[in-house]
This record gives sequence, C-alpha cells and structure tokens, in this order.
Amino acid sequence: MATADELRELMRTEGVAIAENTQAFNSGRYDSVADLEDYEDLKRAARSIKEDAIADLPNLLDQLTETIEANGGTVYIADDATDANNYIRDVVDERAADRVVKSKSMTSEEIEVNDALEADGVDVVETDLGEWVLQVADEAPSHIVAPAIHKSRESIAELFNEQFDPEDPLETAEELTRFAREKLGEQIIDAEVGITGANFITADTGTMALVTSEGNARKTVAATDTHVAVAGVEKVVPTVADLHPFIELIGRSGTGQDITSYVSLLTPPVDTPVVDFTDDETPLSEFDADRDFHLVLIDNGRLEMRDDEHLRETLYCIRCSACSNSCANFQSVGGHAFGGETYSGGIATGWEAGIEGLDVAEEFNDLCTGCTRCVNACPVGIDIPWINTVVRDRINRDKDAPGEWLVDGLTPDEEDDGAPLQKRFFGNFETVAKLGSATAPVSNWLADTTVARQAMSRVLGIDPRRDLPTFERETLVDWATNRDSQVDDPERRAVLYPDLYTNHVQVERGKAAVKVLESLGVDVVVPPAPSSGRAPLSQGMVATATDHAERVTETLGPHIEDDRDVVVIEPSDHAMFTREYERLVDETTFSDIAENSYEVFEYVFGLLDNGASTDSLSTVEGAEIAYHSHCQQRTLGLEAHTVAVLEDCGYDVITSDVECCGMAGSFGYKSDYYELSMDVGDRLRTQLRDDGVQDRPVVASGTSCLEQIDALLERQPRHPIELLAT
Amino acid sequence: MANTRSAFEASLDELGVTVTHTREAELTAAIEEAITEPAVGVALDERFVGETFSLAETPISVDPTPVELREATTGVTSADLGIGDYGSLVLTMTDEASELVSLFVEHHVAIIHEKDIQPDMDAAVAKLDERFNETGESAIIATGPSATADMGALVKGAHGPRTVHVIVVEEGA
Repeated sequence: MATADELRELMRTEGVAIAENTQAFNSGRYDSVADLEDYEDLKRAARSIKEDAIADLPNLLDQLTETIEANGGTVYIADDATDANNYIRDVVDERAADRVVKSKSMTSEEIEVNDALEADGVDVVETDLGEWVLQVADEAPSHIVAPAIHKSRESIAELFNEQFDPEDPLETAEELTRFAREKLGEQIIDAEVGITGANFITADTGTMALVTSEGNARKTVAATDTHVAVAGVEKVVPTVADLHPFIELIGRSGTGQDITSYVSLLTPPVDTPVVDFTDDETPLSEFDADRDFHLVLIDNGRLEMRDDEHLRETLYCIRCSACSNSCANFQSVGGHAFGGETYSGGIATGWEAGIEGLDVAEEFNDLCTGCTRCVNACPVGIDIPWINTVVRDRINRDKDAPGEWLVDGLTPDEEDDGAPLQKRFFGNFETVAKLGSATAPVSNWLADTTVARQAMSRVLGIDPRRDLPTFERETLVDWATNRDSQVDDPERRAVLYPDLYTNHVQVERGKAAVKVLESLGVDVVVPPAPSSGRAPLSQGMVATATDHAERVTETLGPHIEDDRDVVVIEPSDHAMFTREYERLVDETTFSDIAENSYEVFEYVFGLLDNGASTDSLSTVEGAEIAYHSHCQQRTLGLEAHTVAVLEDCGYDVITSDVECCGMAGSFGYKSDYYELSMDVGDRLRTQLRDDGVQDRPVVASGTSCLEQIDALLERQPRHPIELLAT
Repeated sequence: MANTRSAFEASLDELGVTVTHTREAELTAAIEEAITEPAVGVALDERFVGETFSLAETPISVDPTPVELREATTGVTSADLGIGDYGSLVLTMTDEASELVSLFVEHHVAIIHEKDIQPDMDAAVAKLDERFNETGESAIIATGPSATADMGALVKGAHGPRTVHVIVVEEGA
C-alpha cells in the first residue's frame, strides 16, 4: 500500500501532468459520447457480446484456433508468462532475428516479454512513442492507454537531449515526435519480427483488431516477415460484425476521440509484400508476401477468473482507460500509485487480483473509494466498485484479526476473519455515532482533546488535521417521535429514512426535509432504523454490510407494505437501496426497496411534477447559488432533479462538474490519504472559487461532500433541502 | 447518397483532411493537383473509370521500388469504402503493397468513388463482415492523419502520414 509520503511525492513529481491529461481525456469522453445517438444501445450490445463470448470461451478458442490454422497461421495457448515467453523466444530464435519491433501491448507488459528476449541478446524496440519514451527512461507505464501520461513535454525533451545529444536541442512536441519517428523508422524497416497486441480477435475469420493512432502497429506488421500477436484469451469475440460497437466505443470511452486514426483489421497472413527496404531495383509488387503469423493467447489466471463469479466481469474489460480517467483519485496520483504490476485504474484490482494475486491488488485497492463515477463511463458496464469491494473483503479475510481488546465492543460486526482495525472502526461507525449522541456534548469535547486525537491517529490512523463530526444530543428520530404529523389529508405517505449522519450529526437537514415534505402534503414518519451498511461496505466488510441490508429491509418493509414511499436524504444511502443492495439481499427484497426509494429531491421533484406547488416552500427571486452534487447520486442520474427543484424555487444554480469531492466517506479521514483527499478536493475548491461562483452560497447533497467543502472553503455549505424549508 | 457524401465531407473537414471532387474524365488532373512530388502510387482498379486506371498519365511512379517509396513525399491509393459519420477511409491490403504506399509517406492521397461511401460505421462493418468471410482479407479503417499525444501535445504526423487528401470520384463521365 502506498504511504502518505509516497503519494505526496508522486503528486509532487507526476501529479500535474497526470491531472491535466486524465482530465482532458475525461472531458473528451463526455463530449464524444454525447454525439453518439445510440450510446446506451452500443454499450448494451458491447456488454452482451462480451458476456456471451466469455460464457462460450472454450468453444470460441477452439473455433479461433481452427480458423487461424486454416489461414496458415499458428496458435499457441500459453498457461502463464513463462510459457508464453518461451514460445516467443523460440519463434524469434528460429527466425534468427537480431531485432524485434513492438507496438503497444499491455499483455506483453504483463508477461514481460522484453526482458525475456533481451536476455537472449535480442534488440527489442518499442515503437509506440509513449512506450519508447519509457523504454529510454527505464520507467513503468502510468496509464493503460497513454503509458507516459505522467511525463511532461519538458521532461521528455530533457530525457532525449541527454540520451541522444541531438545537434539542435529538441524542445517542442513537434520536434520530439519528428526525432522519434526518424529514429524508430530506421529501426522498424530493419527488424525481422514484429510483436503486436490485439484488442479483439474474431473466431469466424481470425481477424484481429488493433486500435492505434500513430501508425506504428501498421508498420510493425507491414515491415517485418514474422508477426507475433500477443493477447489474453478473453479477447476473442465470435464474428467480425461483433466488432462494430467496440469500434465506436473504445476511442470515445478512453481518450475521448470519436475514433483513433487507425483501426487495423488484420486477417493474417496479410497480402502486403515483405520488401527489402534498401532495394532500389525491384518493384514492390514483385516481392512475395511471405510472412509467418503466430497468435499467442495467454491464460495466466484468466480461466480461473472466468470461474470466479465476482472477478469474471473483469474479463469483459476492453482496456479503454475510462475507469482511470473518470476516477478522482487516479486524476491525482496516476497509475504508479493506483496500479499493480501491469494494470492501473479501477479495473486493475480485478486484473491484478486474478493474474498476480491478492497481495498485489492490496497495494492499491484502497484507492478506490466506491464513488461509482467509472460505472457509467465503462463501455461494457462493469461494476468496477463492486470488484474492488469484493477484493477488499478477500484481502481483509486474508489477514489476522486484530486483538479483541482493541475493538472493545465498538465493532459488533459480522467479520469472522477480521478486517484491519481501521476498517472495522469506520465500518462500524453506527456504534460510534449512537454512543456519540447518547453522551453528547461530552463525547464531542472528549473526542476533540489532544490526547484523544493522538490516540485516534496512532491506533486508528485518523488524520488529526480533519475536524470530527459533532454529535447532536437529540437525534432526528427523537425529535420526530415527540411531534405530531402536520398533515391532515395527505397526498402521499412517506417514511423518511434516518440515515446515520442525518440522525446523529446533521439533524437540521432532517428536520428541514420533514417540514418540506409536510408542506407538500406528505405524511411523514421517521422510525428508528439501522444504518444502511454503506460504511462497512466501503471497508470491504461485505458480511456486515449484508447484515445491515437485511435489517434495513426488514425495518422498512412493513412501511412499504403500508404504502409509504421511502425518502432518503443521504445520496450514498439512497444508492445502497437502489444499487448495491442488489448484491446483498434477494431479488424481491431488492426490487421492493429499490422501486420504492427516492432521493429527497427526486421525491420533491416528483411531487411538484404531479401538481404540488412551490407556494408552500421557501422561494427566492433569482438568488445565486452553487450546487455540488454527490458522486453516487450523479451515477444514478439524480443531479438534475435537485437543480430543477432549486430553479423552480427561484434559484440561479451553477453546478460543479468534478467527479468527486475527495472525501468519499471515511477515505479523507485516513492519515494515509488525507493529502490525496485534499488534492482531489482542490479541484472542487477551484471551481467554487471561480469568477461568478466565489460569492455564491454553496449547497451539497452528500454528507462527505459537505464536510469536505467545509474544510475547503470559508463559506459554510448546507444541504439544499434546508433552503426550501419555511 | 448526396447526404451521405456531404456528411462524409463534413467529417473529413473536421479531421483536417482536404477534399476535392472530380468527374471520372478529369481524374488525372485532380490527382496531379493533389500530389506533391516525388509521388508513388498503386494503379486503380476498374471501379473508377470502368477499366484499370494505371496512373501512367501522371507524374506518379506506379509500383515503385522500396527505396523510391522511402524517398517519396506522396502516396496515392484507392480507398475501398468511406464512412460518412466518421470521415473514415477503408484501405485494403493488396499484393501491390497499397499498405506500404499509404503508410510510408508524408502525404496520402486516397481516391474513393462516391458510391462507396457508407452512411455509418454499422453499414461499413456489415460490408467488411461479409467480405472478410468471403475472401479472408484485411483492411485498415483510417481516420485522418496519423497522430500522437505522447510528446506532451497533440501532433499530427506520427509514424504514418502527416496529411491526407481525399479525391471523391463522381458518377458519370
């Protein structure tokens, strides 16, 4: 696991280039997919092709092998990296090749074929400009699509000038590209073997798709007489027609280009003649197209992943990098921290856990906060946060349980095998909150003493720079129990879910919600209810989260049966009910709660849409406001409802568009991640301090976001529901 | 078809790819105008003017030697299909080395017949699916010039051509 020092150093050295490039890719993605009329249909098609292909993988591999062999090529299915490398070394040796040129391939990085060939004395040259920069610099990729994304133009110029000592020092991107093109161009035409990856391979014709922009993959194949394609076994799809959705989605989802310059659809052996580039007499067409083709398909743990119900989805991944670029933490630290041996970004947890093992996944898995911003960005709809949660759970269970004396009644969880103490503390935050309210204000005074903060820092890794939540003596449930409904002839009836923070900490927003709903003719009850399980789920404590889910659905079930709608203030809890519970409770229980739950503004929006009037609410005339929606709320498409209601009530609303505030539940409290959390938060701060925004009051939907904004700005933020209460 | 063609040309324009159109009879002149010498090329098949169009009337060296290819500025090939909504060209790989001629040059001139412009990617892939299954051939979907962002800014002209020009051949003499 990266320490605070390591993360700080990475943010200092690589953070600026990473942030600039990933954010450019990410905003490019939003623009590019917005132009695509049938974006959602294409994603569904892509998903379904991958689901079917992985289900039918053994048959497809047989069919592909037959097809390639009938075409005149060779297929080798390698069990692991060594097996694959030995085969490739034999091919290169048999060709008596002095030089191998490579186009970019993550799978070849995975098996470290360069090292294997170099040990045999072969000159291996990366021809993708980014990969070549890293080869010259002897550094590892920091991004699965743009491997040198962490390097600025200046640092590349410095590297080239130092290494190659050109006549005129290189400076501009144009000059650097020219230089690399010429240097690599000479090496490509002088190579015997070309190694490429393959983005997709069709079983029907043996056609491989290579998605590139520089033209180096085309040259790598065209200029050599021996072509070795290296790909994971999961890359096979049934037909050429199946390539369609992927061709439309991969560039848009990754770097935000509608399509990359070249999509090579190669059905080897290709007809392009193998020429001697020094020949000045023979016309091109008189050379023979005498070319060997080897497809090396790599298992290396993938077939076991296929049998693992939680990791299987990883195999649908098309390595587009959308999950990296849309990830707030990745935007700050890049793949050198948020990545394992080969892969980086959110999906890397699945890849590295399956290929390398839990110990490698553990090194970076905690950097996924479960914000879900990658979920809609993923062109094949992989539930990346869930994979991260499951792997975190497995990592927890791999560890020895902390001593019972340490947890001392604060952790009544279901984790038999024991998560680390810090995770158990945050995972059981409900117990802390209950105790906090019961003993407030003393609990607040005590918690804030230096001694207590030092102990929390030392034992639990809670960063002393964070303010702690202040518990209210009277909870929302207490308040609601002691008052009568204000609605005589209700339009609708609702149960307001007393989420942990609203109940114990931000009680005012709960009272505001009750009042707003009542003004709109809704009869509201606020019964005691268990916390949603969001806290333990985010710590990878799936059994505990499941226990919460079961108890919550048992508590709310009778209210739903009694025709009450479930209204939820905290977006991360609403997302539990409508998204994550699908994984935790049975199908009927899930659909009952999911279909009847509403985020509070979604509910107000619905009431207004069905004829309720804003007259009974507190309205303004054009007052300016800045609104930061919540990551999980945005994933569920519920940002617009808050904006619409605020506008109906007379507000002029400007919204932030950062992917996450950086706090993400307990993440920003942890000493190791405090600075990263603030770095992510800085992007939100910048937006909220922009011209035309800096004087606006700030409202935010999420508890974490409110705490983070409170730490970032002098302006104290509020939940938007508080604006509406009279 | 007029719509598909104008969508294709609009997409090319966005990519920074220049376009000219010509009648079959004026193809030679259009090619001459589009090339910068030294130029190499691949003879066009009968789709364009009803018979094989050798390019012999032009200053283009047809079926050049490898050294000529490397010294050329312009490479002239046909494109098999166009894709309207992307401005993409589908380039085939022939034994006359069309792949080398379109790739190892600074400036690629692609000649396409207007009837080969497909409205969208879906239609183009359907055609390729059919063709690949019949003939086992290969193709490149090429969209704009080669490019890289690996050197700290977007640069057009990486390993492949830096500029692309498309000549659309219109129906009729």
